[in-house]
Amino acid sequence: MASEGDRRPDLEVEPRRSRLLEGLRFEGEGARGVVIALASTVVFLTAVVVAVTQSPGWPEVHRVFFGWHDITSSFPEIARAFVLNVKVFLVCEVFILVFALLIAVLRSLPGPVFFPLRALAIIYADLARGVPTILVIALLGFGAPALQLSGVPTSRVFWAGVGLVLIYSGYVAEVYRAGIESVHPSQEAAARSLGLSRVQALRSVILPQAIRRVIPPLLNDFIGLQKDTALVGTLGVVEAFNQSQIDANATFTFGSYLAAAVLFVAITIPLARFTDWLIVRDRRRRQAAGVVG
Amino acid sequence: MSAIALEGVRKSFGTHEVLRGIDLGLEEHEVVCLIGASGSGKSTLLRCVNLLEPLDAGRILLHGEEITRRGVDVNRIRQRIGIVFQAFNLFPHMTVLRNVTLGPRNALKLPREEAEGRALHLLERFGLADKRNDYPDRLSGGQQQRVAIVRALAMRPELMLLDEVTSALDPELVGEVLEVIRELADGGMTMLIATHEMSFARDIANRVCFLDAGRILEEGPPNEIFQHPHEPRTRQFLERIIQAGRL
Repeated sequence: MASEGDRRPDLEVEPRRSRLLEGLRFEGEGARGVVIALASTVVFLTAVVVAVTQSPGWPEVHRVFFGWHDITSSFPEIARAFVLNVKVFLVCEVFILVFALLIAVLRSLPGPVFFPLRALAIIYADLARGVPTILVIALLGFGAPALQLSGVPTSRVFWAGVGLVLIYSGYVAEVYRAGIESVHPSQEAAARSLGLSRVQALRSVILPQAIRRVIPPLLNDFIGLQKDTALVGTLGVVEAFNQSQIDANATFTFGSYLAAAVLFVAITIPLARFTDWLIVRDRRRRQAAGVVG
Repeated sequence: MSAIALEGVRKSFGTHEVLRGIDLGLEEHEVVCLIGASGSGKSTLLRCVNLLEPLDAGRILLHGEEITRRGVDVNRIRQRIGIVFQAFNLFPHMTVLRNVTLGPRNALKLPREEAEGRALHLLERFGLADKRNDYPDRLSGGQQQRVAIVRALAMRPELMLLDEVTSALDPELVGEVLEVIRELADGGMTMLIATHEMSFARDIANRVCFLDAGRILEEGPPNEIFQHPHEPRTRQFLERIIQAGRL
């Protein structure tokens, strides 16, 4: 616990530049630094472009991968298919956030009474993180509808979504757990000493602090999830990746892959920058506030 | 009937017995100070009274009701006993007002307006009303500890436990917190106070208990304990305190 004396100066800590700028930071000062950075970037890029375009296979690669017509003509269809990826991503994300929190809370229950629940949560997290996602999606996507149970959905997209939720909940539960454990036990003691029940203390005091601390790593997992929605395509469902494969097979060129990649990146990069921004903001806040136990 | 009574309270952590048979009673409106070296069991004793630590043996009675019996609703008991910690333990993600209203709203189920009215009244009384919308990390240590006291008071406890509440403060901030405690004592609050502030203990306590290795070695009115201690261990402890310039 910082006392007042050593906290005040922290308030004057200069706001850091964003992570983006930090990553792109160049040593040197002012205009001279900018010129050097630009010049070295130009030289570097020129070298790469020359090396690639002078390679013996370049004309063929250029035709197959970078055909402007292939890219633009396949783009609208892939973009339409990509809507499914976004839907799967958004719906799964909601379920993952809730389900994983439940797992993490079960795992943090103290005392011997809750041992079975804790054990269950640990086994679950181990399995979810141990099995390849593509396997789980194949097992559920092909297996569950084949059961032909009444009342059980037969949609492959549905089961692929279930697979993603199961797998990602394992990771996200671990992230939550790290957050819960980072909240000092004295916080729970303070809440309980007021007469709050364990559930009330968890809801009002522990989880709000825990979740705030793990938002950046949570977003990281969601960047991964957004990419993994392409695995739904392995079940034969037409989403962005599958659509681009269809186009590739029809034209014998791979421009459609590039179009799909652009779509994925268009979502994941803003998410990544947003995550960086949150991390920087969080760090700045903690510096401004001093270390509060 | 005692406001609070401890009978043969024992508590161990692992093989280390921290409390080795504590008998202690506080009458209504009585202020009792626990003194003793670090590790003598003062904090553990207070945590046991608040039921934050289960007892190994003995029992505790709050206004005659045994609160350490099996099956007791610990949440309801804790609503009646306020505790303030050395490290404040305010909730950093809540404003001062929400810190103070959390207990009344969640545990006592008071409507929001009533809880806030109660909180504002207390904050005003202790000169903290203008801080109600601040987050704890914007407050000085002394202000944080006063908010922590107000947070406990908002539950209208029958008894307050203070666990070395000035030990984490810069020296110039100790006074404002002691002032608050003095006001509570004047208002008739029953208090059990673990403290290193000997002159404060002498000033405010009706009775002082010297804890040594998990036992109450000596107890009595402050003047007697501080001026004519019977036990050699008490004398030794007080001599060391005087040497350190704390009395």
